[in-house]
Amino acid sequence: MTNLFNYIERPSLIHRLTGATKLVSMLLWSFAAMLTYDTRFLAFLSVAGIMLFFVGKIRVKDVSFMVGFTLAFLIINTILIYLFSPQHGTQIYGSCTYLTEWTGRYAPTAEQLFYQSNYILKYSATIPVILLFVCTTEPSEFAASLNRIGVNYRIAYSVSLALRYIPDVQQQYYEISKASQARGVEMSKKASLTKRLKAASNILIPLILSSMGRIETIANAMELRGFGKLKKRTWYMARKFRLQDYFSMLISALLLAAALCLNHLNNGRFYNPFT
Amino acid sequence: MKDNKDIPVEFSHFGFKYTAQQDPTLYDIDLCVRKGEKILIAGPSGCGKSTVVSCINGLIPFSYKGEMSGSLKVAGKETSGLGLFEISQTVGTVLQDTDAQFVGMTVAEDIAFALENSCVIQDEMKKKVLHIAGLVNVQDHLHFAPGELSGGQKQRVSVAGVMVDDVDVLLFDEPLANLDPATGREAIELIDELQKKTGAAVIIVEHRLEDVLWRHVDRVVLMSRGRIISDTDADTLLCSDLLLKAGVREPLYVRALKFAGVSLTPEKKPADHELGCLDENDRELVRKWFCSVKNEAPPKRTKPLLEVKDLVFSYEKRNKRALDGISVTINEGEMTAIVGTNGAGKSTFSKVVCGFETGQSGALSFDGRDLSALSMKERAEHIGYVMQDPNHMISQTMIFDEVALGLRNRGAGEEEIKKRVEDVLKVCGLYRMRNWPISALSYGQKKRVTIAAILVLKPKMLILDEPTAGQDYRHYTEIMEFLTDLRSQGITIIMITHDMHLMIEYAERAIVFSDGRIIADDDPAAVITDRDIIKTASLRETSLYRLSESCGIDDGTAFVRRFIACEKEERRSDDKPL
Amino acid sequence: MKKLSVKTIVAIGIGAALFFVLGRFVAIPSPVPNTNITTQYGLLAFIAAVFGPIAGVLAGLIGHFFIDFSYGWGIWWSWVIASGVFGLAMGIIARKLRISEGEFSGKDIAFFNIEQFAAHLISWVVVAPVLDILIYSEPANKVFIQGLISAISNSITTAIIGTLLCLAYAKAIPKKGSLKEED
Repeated sequence: MTNLFNYIERPSLIHRLTGATKLVSMLLWSFAAMLTYDTRFLAFLSVAGIMLFFVGKIRVKDVSFMVGFTLAFLIINTILIYLFSPQHGTQIYGSCTYLTEWTGRYAPTAEQLFYQSNYILKYSATIPVILLFVCTTEPSEFAASLNRIGVNYRIAYSVSLALRYIPDVQQQYYEISKASQARGVEMSKKASLTKRLKAASNILIPLILSSMGRIETIANAMELRGFGKLKKRTWYMARKFRLQDYFSMLISALLLAAALCLNHLNNGRFYNPFT
Repeated sequence: MKDNKDIPVEFSHFGFKYTAQQDPTLYDIDLCVRKGEKILIAGPSGCGKSTVVSCINGLIPFSYKGEMSGSLKVAGKETSGLGLFEISQTVGTVLQDTDAQFVGMTVAEDIAFALENSCVIQDEMKKKVLHIAGLVNVQDHLHFAPGELSGGQKQRVSVAGVMVDDVDVLLFDEPLANLDPATGREAIELIDELQKKTGAAVIIVEHRLEDVLWRHVDRVVLMSRGRIISDTDADTLLCSDLLLKAGVREPLYVRALKFAGVSLTPEKKPADHELGCLDENDRELVRKWFCSVKNEAPPKRTKPLLEVKDLVFSYEKRNKRALDGISVTINEGEMTAIVGTNGAGKSTFSKVVCGFETGQSGALSFDGRDLSALSMKERAEHIGYVMQDPNHMISQTMIFDEVALGLRNRGAGEEEIKKRVEDVLKVCGLYRMRNWPISALSYGQKKRVTIAAILVLKPKMLILDEPTAGQDYRHYTEIMEFLTDLRSQGITIIMITHDMHLMIEYAERAIVFSDGRIIADDDPAAVITDRDIIKTASLRETSLYRLSESCGIDDGTAFVRRFIACEKEERRSDDKPL
Repeated sequence: MKKLSVKTIVAIGIGAALFFVLGRFVAIPSPVPNTNITTQYGLLAFIAAVFGPIAGVLAGLIGHFFIDFSYGWGIWWSWVIASGVFGLAMGIIARKLRISEGEFSGKDIAFFNIEQFAAHLISWVVVAPVLDILIYSEPANKVFIQGLISAISNSITTAIIGTLLCLAYAKAIPKKGSLKEED
């Protein structure tokens, strides 16, 4: 379970924050980074995000695998953007400064370079906090946290149920797939695409249909223990907010406010050094 | 008028018919459960006992719709006038499927589930959880996830989870279904202990009568075809022949006593497994019977089929070896039971043999060929693996297609497929239903379909994981006789099981796993009468052994062997008229 | 809004767990090197068709969120939301179907597949790219083409896996028929 979700248990200030705080802060921070394209602000968020890694006692080697994934993603996207729209920057910033003698469609411009660096900066402003959230939040705290921030408790509990039954489903999938493979069901490249999809169905149908049967039993078990009885519910795992929780959420909210102010000051989402 | 509190559950002339069904499931049920009473409801599958459970806990009428007649009162009030939640304050239900009942992420959260739903404040919740966890002895595992617990521990958590509501009635639906023998016995002891501590009434619904009778029960309610056919104390019931008529298995020692011609009366207290009330005359009858039955030595088989040498395997990231130097030879035509606790390595062993996992070291050969060179798919043509739950194996809607799947995937021609599928359907007694959808079949028939789907590849050996789990006596016998048939047609059979009855009745060899090693490999009758092995492997000694001891017979193993021979004889003569 | 039944809650939880396991572990190698074809949308279409739009949207959102969460490559809100929209759209349109009553005929199959294709177009050619443009100011042609590729590949997997699932589920519901043993 812990392996599946990369949670790393360490004694740190960030670990001690409640799940709800981390969820809210992560969301506010992400929105702040999403809303604006102000280069200075994104750079600040990137540096701050990386600093938080030290506070959370998460080391590079803990996240190297995930960072690798993200980098691959980023590189592919950067290349694709250039291939599809090499003049996107000039459209955004309303000027065109060629960097070389060449002036064709794929000619590099200062605007495009700046836009794509901002794009990368935008990643680096959001990814660290999300990684940090992933590494420092115990999944079992999710449900209580969601309910805390106003999500209906029934829906919050469905999140908890998903986490509860993922290992069971995974184990079942593994066993069914092995038994099917012994009967010659194959998903390898040797077969045609339709064959592969049909093969996948041969494994997925027993997995999914037997889970369907499970739904009713679990629902009965929950109702027999009073789930849904009252309008509210308490949580064994809930943690009380402390000073640092309010403080973290306040800072994150201020960041979002700052992003909104900057958008206003910049007359749009972009910080434009070209005019 | 009696106080309502003294009769938490009362059925009178109660009947029930599900909306979707033509005939009623329950007829004229009269049953009264008094405070502090312990009742066993027994009966074969389809007798209506699960419907009784749903009526008591309120799932009927609140989740399952149908027509009720007569009256059913819980805590003195008609259930139809109460809500599901009100009923759950009086009746706590522990379902058969402990994985479905365990909805929390950890032990503590699951125990607290009902309290959370009642909006109990956290401090109080923590205190209460700790207290209840102590009662069922899981207090050291409060932060464990369900995946880290054994079947027995999960069940303890389930019990704790319904006890937090201070219920007057604890209702157990087939509590023994998923437990290994020793854990099943502990569960019965725990239920007994909890009842004494809390004074709640206990209703156990179970077809494994002998296991429940390990501790005293006040009454046994026997059901058949939707009616209560007997409601009396266990001693009286065991003296009658109602159990056999209803299709519920008698305790083995009772059956042995009957074989020996002992006339049972309630005064002899046959429900007491210590058998303290038998008189010397009865013991003499048993001794005589023992001497009169001839001792049939099982046939020795010597042609090796599967040879395993020094097999070592461990799962990634875990240091402990799941298989620690396994060496064993399975001979052609043998019917072998592999037993041991969960996690002892039984399933891992079968997975490595079938190629689902690859051992780190050791040699595997089959019929003289090295297995390690063969892929999973190739091995399946020699060794077939049948999963416990047939629903996990069935992906097609029609019987014919399901059985043909393995051949189609191997690119066989339609002509050949038709012939081979039809042949195997004949062997499995499914030929006449070959064009039926699988959904029309019973559980036992589905099991046959999955076995047919494996047999169509013509393996020489079958490995079955818990072939009879959760089945009542009739289905159990049906499946096992089918497997015996297959064996007589030359197929070697390995069964992984928790069921001690299955092992002594049907296996000719028992291999006992414990902690990744084989600790015994012998005649089942010998294994089940060896106290050391029983203890290490969490097996359970058979009541036959105690009977032989109490009658002064030294050779318990021979006694068990004779009993099995006698049973087989009986079964054969039962089968003939059909 | 009507109160969600406990069964729907459990369907969301189990649906999301299945979505996660399929998305994370059941990938089919595609003809394009180093890319995999996702199988989870066939499941989501099925869950939405059986349990309705709310189950569809939440199972999609939660399942996709956890996939991103577990890979740790950041949480791609635009795509997470698109998954939810697909479940929602499927649930709304598929209300006409009666799969849980055992009905899934040839006409229903055609209906199911036209709808799932439409729902994929909405999710991947409208919702996901528009959000990408709004959030990241990505070039329109890039994100629309990416979306179109996803829509096509997802609707192929849904067509096969989703249809087979609905068929198997509908057939498994007992109906009183005239089954005769043959000799």
